[in-house]
Amino acid sequence: MSNLSRTDVEHLARLARLAVTDEELDVFAGQLDVVLGAVARVGEAAVADVPPTSHVVPLTNVFRPDVVTPSLPRDQVLAGAPAAEDDRFRVPRILQEEA
Amino acid sequence: MSTPGAMSTDLTTLDVAALQSALSTGEVSAVEVTRAHLDRIAADDARLGAYLHVDPDAALAAAAEVDRARAAGGELGPLAGIPVALKDVVVTEGVPTTSGSKILEGWRPPYDATVAGRLKAAGTVLLGKTNMDEFAMGSSTENSAYRPTRNPWDLDRIPGGSSGGSSAAVAGHLAPWAIGTDTGGSIRQPAAVTGLVGHKPTYGSVSRYGLIAFSSSLDQAGPMARTVLDAALLHEAIGGHDPRDSTSIDAPLPGLVAAARQGARGDLSGLKVGVVTELGGDGHQEGYGAGVLERVAAAVALLTELGAEVRPVSCPSFDLALAAYYLIAPSEASSNLARFDGVRFGLRVGDDGSADLDEVMALTREQGFGPEVKRRIILGTYALSSGYYEAYYGQAQKVRTLITRDFTAAYGGADGGGVDVLVSPTSPTVAWPIGARVDDPIAMYAADLCTLPASLAGVPAISVPCGLSEGLPVGLQVMAPALADDRCYRVAAALEAAQDAARGHRLLDELPTPAAA
Repeated sequence: MSNLSRTDVEHLARLARLAVTDEELDVFAGQLDVVLGAVARVGEAAVADVPPTSHVVPLTNVFRPDVVTPSLPRDQVLAGAPAAEDDRFRVPRILQEEA
Repeated sequence: MSTPGAMSTDLTTLDVAALQSALSTGEVSAVEVTRAHLDRIAADDARLGAYLHVDPDAALAAAAEVDRARAAGGELGPLAGIPVALKDVVVTEGVPTTSGSKILEGWRPPYDATVAGRLKAAGTVLLGKTNMDEFAMGSSTENSAYRPTRNPWDLDRIPGGSSGGSSAAVAGHLAPWAIGTDTGGSIRQPAAVTGLVGHKPTYGSVSRYGLIAFSSSLDQAGPMARTVLDAALLHEAIGGHDPRDSTSIDAPLPGLVAAARQGARGDLSGLKVGVVTELGGDGHQEGYGAGVLERVAAAVALLTELGAEVRPVSCPSFDLALAAYYLIAPSEASSNLARFDGVRFGLRVGDDGSADLDEVMALTREQGFGPEVKRRIILGTYALSSGYYEAYYGQAQKVRTLITRDFTAAYGGADGGGVDVLVSPTSPTVAWPIGARVDDPIAMYAADLCTLPASLAGVPAISVPCGLSEGLPVGLQVMAPALADDRCYRVAAALEAAQDAARGHRLLDELPTPAAA
């Protein structure tokens, strides 16, 4: 099993949209390496023919009648938003301006 | 604050069954019961830190509404006027809900969780929202972004976690009972270390609609109370099918209150009990407190005296439960917590026009999440990433199957030769000193050793007090097959009744009186 380096943790944090600090990277890299060593024990189990369990309730395809029910009032939903404008969630720009 | 002529009993010391009868006969009003608890919160919560949010005016108004309806001769449910505390992971319409995180500070949800809605419809009075480890990740409530909670038995020790605000509130008599949630032990372990009864229901038998998700295949809400009967009453009030949770099981709850009453009569003859070797048995005692093992052994001996047939049962895959859980839960969490992106609710950081959406998300999550949440998101991201998925997440899911098979084998499968329930310690140790494990994630995770197998298999499990070690409470865990939650209540009630009779009083009566502030 591989070890988790500081560079790995930095990469994973970026994938998870966490702007971690240098100090955090130092602490997390050491801690996560130890945790990973502990959880890697799952590799000891003989599971060649064992199916995975993703969920313990034996349910597939839960259906309900296809009827329209009221949604939450728009104002009530937007009241909890960090920023709203014109009855919508306002977000920062997602595209860079053309040069 | 007390009303002249009101009964002299301190209403906060009564269990719910007693409060019910006092309310229904008109001996006390809902306002008096609520005010007694609010007074206690005002006096003690600065010290305990059990609550994140209390709204006395709203609680008193809800109680007054119940009193008015009762005076008008209206039809009232059996829980009308009983106060309750909710763990802050349960969303409540118009009432601040943070899940113990700064990322949701100040958020007022636009709807009620099914659990909250059912308790409201039953006429219970919401006292407040209780403290917790951030997003329910932790075993000590020290991961709360707001403040630690203290154990009423010893203010320098942790109250367990993640439902530590609920455990401290109920043990400290700041609420007669409370709702907790349990992903890997977060109801049972805090109940055990504070001398309470706490039950994790069969997965799918209590709605998850409106619980802020941590690990969706494991999360369950359940009762925390001072007696087994009270826990059964609360469980029946919140349980049952909910079409708004697609993993909700469409089956009636077994009679839990009836099972608790039957158990309290003290006859367990014919019941087959398995003591799990891998959880504190011979060769598996490293990390367990000697006093804990002693109390648990005494409780098991008591089960024999009550007529149960007790024998050791080996569940070899339980040894890998901790490793499997700490891959599965962080993996699901890394996905669930992606919704906290600073767009629709909660915190947003860096939106000053200089940063784009990705940067704003990363800054928001960096500032809004605490260290344990970040660690688990990073670990989960790793376990799910291409190239590592099979070795970690995939392998953990297969181990989960092995653990479920161990339960099935123990309960007897087809040949019927198995046991009815399995027992173990709930927590390997008593409550530890605040701060002792905060810098050592593995030591913190080890607190969940005994509770994880039932979580991974989705089976019900209860923790019931079984005495003190070093002056601190110890819990016995009773696990049953899926949908046989009634067995947990029956066995726990038998044990509780026998211990109370032998002791001459309840364990919580030994709680040290709070020193004057």
